Amino acid sequence: MRDRTLWTWHVGAGMVILVLLGLHMAIMHLDATLGIFGTEGAEPVEWESVVARAQSLFFTVTYVLLLGAALYHGIYGLRNILFELNPGAGLRKAINVGLALVGVALFAFGTWAALAAPGAATMGGG
Amino acid sequence: MQTRGHPNRLGIRGWVAGGRWGFERYLYTLHRLTGLGLLAYFAMHIFVTSARALGPESWDRAMDVVSGPLFAVGEYLVFAAFAFHAVNGVRLALIELGYAVGRPIEPVYPYATSVGRQRRLARAVVMIAAVIALWGGLDFFVLT
Amino acid sequence: MADPTTRAVTFHLRRFEPDKDREPRWENHQIEVLPGMTVLDGLWKVKEQSAPSLAWRSSCRMGICGSCGMLINGRPRLACNTQIAELNSDVVAVAPLPNFDIIKDLVPDLHSMFATHRELMPYLIRDDTAEQDDPTREYRQTPHELEQYLQFSYCIKCGCCMAACPTVATDPQYAGPMPLGQAHRYNTDTRDAGFTARREVLSGGSGPWRCHFAGECSQVCPKGVDPAKAIQLMKRELVRDLLRMRRHQPCAGVAEAPHGARHEEIPAAPPRTVTEA
Repeated sequence: MRDRTLWTWHVGAGMVILVLLGLHMAIMHLDATLGIFGTEGAEPVEWESVVARAQSLFFTVTYVLLLGAALYHGIYGLRNILFELNPGAGLRKAINVGLALVGVALFAFGTWAALAAPGAATMGGG
Repeated sequence: MQTRGHPNRLGIRGWVAGGRWGFERYLYTLHRLTGLGLLAYFAMHIFVTSARALGPESWDRAMDVVSGPLFAVGEYLVFAAFAFHAVNGVRLALIELGYAVGRPIEPVYPYATSVGRQRRLARAVVMIAAVIALWGGLDFFVLT
Repeated sequence: MADPTTRAVTFHLRRFEPDKDREPRWENHQIEVLPGMTVLDGLWKVKEQSAPSLAWRSSCRMGICGSCGMLINGRPRLACNTQIAELNSDVVAVAPLPNFDIIKDLVPDLHSMFATHRELMPYLIRDDTAEQDDPTREYRQTPHELEQYLQFSYCIKCGCCMAACPTVATDPQYAGPMPLGQAHRYNTDTRDAGFTARREVLSGGSGPWRCHFAGECSQVCPKGVDPAKAIQLMKRELVRDLLRMRRHQPCAGVAEAPHGARHEEIPAAPPRTVTEA
């Protein structure tokens, strides 16, 4: 049962990423022509814009969604490539466990960074 | 499974060039390469953007690191890779869910295969991806 | 009648004799070819004239038995179906089908492909085994239902698709276009009720999930079976089944017989020769 389910999630995650990452790319890299970025004319990567997004529920939720979907999609893809190189049974198990751990760890770390108030982790507490 | 003769699997060469192969074979190879590139960038990206939690100085330092010339070109390549991977991914989703491959037919020579049926879609994918990549190139290099 | 013009063509052959060679090697043999000669005809001429120990498989010489699959000028083709003239070259490079072990010269070991094929149960699976063993009437199937799998039933098991597939090139666990295409052929056959049985194998690591539509299998298939299409259609069925969205098709029944009588044109079943293992 497993591979069929994993693949279906992979395709679903791809669709989520198409929308969310497409938006992210448009905001970050097509804003000069599209001008669709939200805050008043500041560059997307300037601190004030960063803070504005951090305080927006929409951006926080979509960032976490995108993080999860992209990690799953990418790691499943990597697993596909590695498995097609015909590793032995023990190595397959190790790859499964290893990739799952890396995925969960990156997701946990990324979600913390997305949820933490900007500057919250500095010594003085921002 | 025990082998009975001299091994003759093409191996990774079969992913790229096992003989005189078709257009879709190279789209498949490029899809893999862009996927790996995007994954590698993404892992790094999570760490770079997490600097947000460490305050404005940390953020600005992270932004300085990714403003170098290597990153300027590199990030554009990531954008272009995304353009291709996403548009081709839509094509693959349509095909692999059985939508763009056509119905079972009576095979009359010369055979109209599913590959032939999606060929127009494949060409459209490459053109759309190229347009998006060029559009992004405007933002990256021209209108700064 | 004018003399047909011959031209000199070099057959560049991949040879491997297990008693003598450690690695396969290339050998050149020049012959005169007439228009209309196939690669298979050329191989026979080479064998007659200069390579008496050259080994290959061939049988029907008309593209229906599936024996003579070989790598000819870089693509897997049937030797009997390939005109030397269509290659547009003075050199015909013939090698055994890649992705299979080489037994000798141009003879590939297709054992693994057939074993995988068997694992996917390429035969009608029904509940009414009594009817299957001792048929009384034909099964009902409309022309539309036949169309859903007929194309995939033309497979001659030549192995060209397996040689062309990039996944088969690296992954021995992947079932490959031929077994998967044939699994779909039976899944879509309304006379078959074996979807749930085959699903067990198909949902795992050897199933169609490693197919990424390079499309080479369909491009090299000599009978237009289009295994790539079969595999994508099968993925749709399997995903629909996972999401519980699969349209349930009742298994085709036996045509109604008047008075329940056995159809007079069906002969009596012969005595069993195969006993249950």
